[in-house]
Amino acid sequence: MNNIIKGEKHDWEMVIGLEIHAQVKSNSKLFSSSSTKFGSSPNSQVSLVDAAMPGMLPVINKYCVEQAVKTGVGLNAKINNYSVFDRKNYFYADLPQGYQISQYKYPIVGEGKVTIDFKDGTSKDIRIVRLHLEQDAGKSLHDQNPSKTYVDLNRSGVALMEIVSEPDIRTPDEAGMYISKIRSILMYLDTCDGNMQEGSLRADVNISVRKPGDEYGTRCEIKNLNSIKFIKQAINYEVKRQIEILEAGGSIEQNTMLFNTSTGKTRPMRNKEEAHDYRYFPDPDLLPLEISEEEIGKIKTSIPELPDELKNKFIDTYKLSNYDASVLTAEKQTSDYFNESINSDPELKKHAKIVVNWITSELFSLLNKNNLELNNSPVSPENLGQLIKLISTNEISGKIAKDVLEDMFSTGKTARQIVDEKGLQQVSDQEEIEKVIDEVIATNPKMVEQYLDGKDKLLGFFVGQAMKLTKGKANPKMLNDILMRKLNKKN
Amino acid sequence: MSKSSLKQTLKDLNTKKISIRELNQDYLKRIKENENLNVFIHFSEDNVLKQIDNLENDNSTKKLKGIPIAIKDLFCTKSMPTTAASKILENFNPTYESFVTQKLLDEGSIFVGKTNLDEFAMGSATNTSFFGNTINPLSKEYEPLAPGGSSGGSAAAVAADLCLGATGTDTGGSIRQPASFCGVVGIKPTYGLCSRWGIAAFASSLDQAGIFSHNVEDASILLQSIAGFDQRDSTSAKVDVPNYFENLDDDLNGKTVGIPKEYSIDGIPMEISQIWEDAIKVLEKKGVKIKNISLPHTKYALPTYYIIAPAEASSNLARYDGVKYGFRSDEIDSLDEMYENTRAQGFGKEVKRRILIGTYVLSAGYYDAYYLKAQKVRKLIADDFNRAFKECDFIVTPTAPSAAFPLNEKQNDPIKMYLNDVFTVPASLAGLPGISIPFGKDKNNLPLGIQILGKHFDEQLVFNVAVSLERSYE
Repeated sequence: MNNIIKGEKHDWEMVIGLEIHAQVKSNSKLFSSSSTKFGSSPNSQVSLVDAAMPGMLPVINKYCVEQAVKTGVGLNAKINNYSVFDRKNYFYADLPQGYQISQYKYPIVGEGKVTIDFKDGTSKDIRIVRLHLEQDAGKSLHDQNPSKTYVDLNRSGVALMEIVSEPDIRTPDEAGMYISKIRSILMYLDTCDGNMQEGSLRADVNISVRKPGDEYGTRCEIKNLNSIKFIKQAINYEVKRQIEILEAGGSIEQNTMLFNTSTGKTRPMRNKEEAHDYRYFPDPDLLPLEISEEEIGKIKTSIPELPDELKNKFIDTYKLSNYDASVLTAEKQTSDYFNESINSDPELKKHAKIVVNWITSELFSLLNKNNLELNNSPVSPENLGQLIKLISTNEISGKIAKDVLEDMFSTGKTARQIVDEKGLQQVSDQEEIEKVIDEVIATNPKMVEQYLDGKDKLLGFFVGQAMKLTKGKANPKMLNDILMRKLNKKN
Repeated sequence: MSKSSLKQTLKDLNTKKISIRELNQDYLKRIKENENLNVFIHFSEDNVLKQIDNLENDNSTKKLKGIPIAIKDLFCTKSMPTTAASKILENFNPTYESFVTQKLLDEGSIFVGKTNLDEFAMGSATNTSFFGNTINPLSKEYEPLAPGGSSGGSAAAVAADLCLGATGTDTGGSIRQPASFCGVVGIKPTYGLCSRWGIAAFASSLDQAGIFSHNVEDASILLQSIAGFDQRDSTSAKVDVPNYFENLDDDLNGKTVGIPKEYSIDGIPMEISQIWEDAIKVLEKKGVKIKNISLPHTKYALPTYYIIAPAEASSNLARYDGVKYGFRSDEIDSLDEMYENTRAQGFGKEVKRRILIGTYVLSAGYYDAYYLKAQKVRKLIADDFNRAFKECDFIVTPTAPSAAFPLNEKQNDPIKMYLNDVFTVPASLAGLPGISIPFGKDKNNLPLGIQILGKHFDEQLVFNVAVSLERSYE
């Protein structure tokens, strides 16, 4: 793969590492019993602990710990039997305790890896350094009043998993694929809802550039990106910025940056004097977290089939390509849909590739047009299966099937219903097709002459005319065969 | 002063020799007569009368029904404001009741008021309070004395007989030292025996609630009432709480007392060495074996404590920022200014000193040299005790290096003030239970305290030794 960027003077390579913040899917917060529901009215989900009232103490939510362990297993990572919660101290209006409870020296999950798959069939492993649990902060609302800031503590104390990668990523696309893959794994595990718009999944991106073969350069960290599009934009901008500085003879200052989504530019968040000293130390309100091998074993048994396992199974069972299988397994709803569809009729197993194509191209484009998720598709997996069976048994042509699918999509009817009602069955009656072809030949004598003179291209014209007469229902293979036979007879 | 005990009062209430109203009106009268001591940050006669009314209409039997108790103003209470003796919480009214005070309410006790303390429990003389000094009731008229601290208000409340018992908290000696200064009994149980839920935090790994009372029997009754597991405090211990009072036994025959040589320090008054010897003699007479022990890391206890406690405090007190509750400065032009002015104006000098020390020892570049090293030494100090307790069943030492000192002494010398904790801090670092009981007087006729330390959760033996010494002294 060529990841080289041509600068004015040199070739450059980008080095990228991601810190993903994934909100743990859990009904209550990491250290309190308040609800984590998104979109509730401000400060309606705030306990005494979340508001850091005097004398209030955190109590670990066991479910969040299990979710983190589950995620660790899903990331092929080492689960640490002993981990420690630390306090990260800093002042901010939406940080009620004056510190965030996080894990610093001893995270709950250690080294792991995830695999990303490229279109050309190759793959790459991205190594994970660690995963740790921490509290989210509240939200400062600056736009409610011209002279005041309001604070909403609903999010204060919600559990986050911070997943830190090694700097193994070399292109913006890889960064996008990596975060998509993490998102996919978390959603299969049901440990995060993966909703990037609501901020359930966001990333800090560490970027540096170097001449190929050199040591790592100085990195900048772009904070809090909540879409794959922005991640790619931010990387592209930041890389260009760094290369320009370096080629002009300057040097990169290690800095924390913010990305402006409307200008597409990054800018430093704070200057050096404002750099934080977080004064991490073990939280004396909490005991170290100890998890036995038995508990880990129990959690492991609850883990569902993950995208990579499923991908390999699809490749084995249905002889799909690595890429097709990875597209199919990227989202749980897609692989679920595929599974249900292909299992709705034993005949379909022979036509797996067709099923994949119909889901990932035709159905997806209809869903896109209508702004729907696969989960809310008006066409059920069984009904799509039925449609594909009609194609595979030559009852309808692929072309007509597209119209049928659109009908199914808008009316909710089954493929069979629509085909019967509209009489769309493919004409495979030899005599009927012959009759039509005879008519076409009879009404276009000049064209026939030209064809016989060697204008082979005109074959398409005759097919078109015949199809027109059968309203597209003629079995295309039979039509072709008969047409050829009849025309050649004339010769 | 002849004071009625909690035990006797419970009997008198049961036999209707006295009514709840009569009993508490007696205490109300004394509270009003002793306002000059500045024992209470919050006292409301109406509130007490209301509690009496409620209890008179309550037919259930409760263990402490009608017993007047004073509450250190570090415990959050629903019926009374909670200030931690700080301007920053001057008008703070909790919507919740601390674990310890809820237990006392469940037992039917009456809260007479919230007692004064050093601001956020940081001090040894109850002189850092935003609400002024508390005066030791044993003061001579010409020279007001400090009651000790930080729970000086509670110790003074018991000493002046303004209640039958009081709650305190002890981080490095804040129950035992004022008990010694005021001539009352004060017990700090094992770390984790009483839930910290609802107590404004000073240093989380050291803070522990405890009791002041007129005598050891009363302390044993009250401690049982406030002890117990609480799932809202992750450091709360899952242990069965025995009936300390029922199990009191002054027969110590065959037990071994450890006498740590490191506690014989230069410069402590003769009388203190004397009462220590006296106590050992009494124990010997009772068939207790005397064992000289060594706790070699004792000399590092104070510096260790004055790193760990401020470190935790600097973080625990970060929540007082003017955003959510409590005091907020009027002079605000930016978020940073709100923090700076609120905290500069809201905290007193000693609190600010400790926040600065704590912030410093946790800072990048200093963490390893101070905080991390202090944690290691803390472990060594705990190991000292573990080793010693293989050779002895309990340890006896003086409680404090002096009797109550004049109010204005040591005001401007924090190091001198910190030395007050020299005998109490090691057990705090190790999380061990300790009691201070009055045992003799100095040349000015001021009380001196003896400290008894036990193994983790061996409060029973601590009480047994204490009651044995107390009975021999009477």
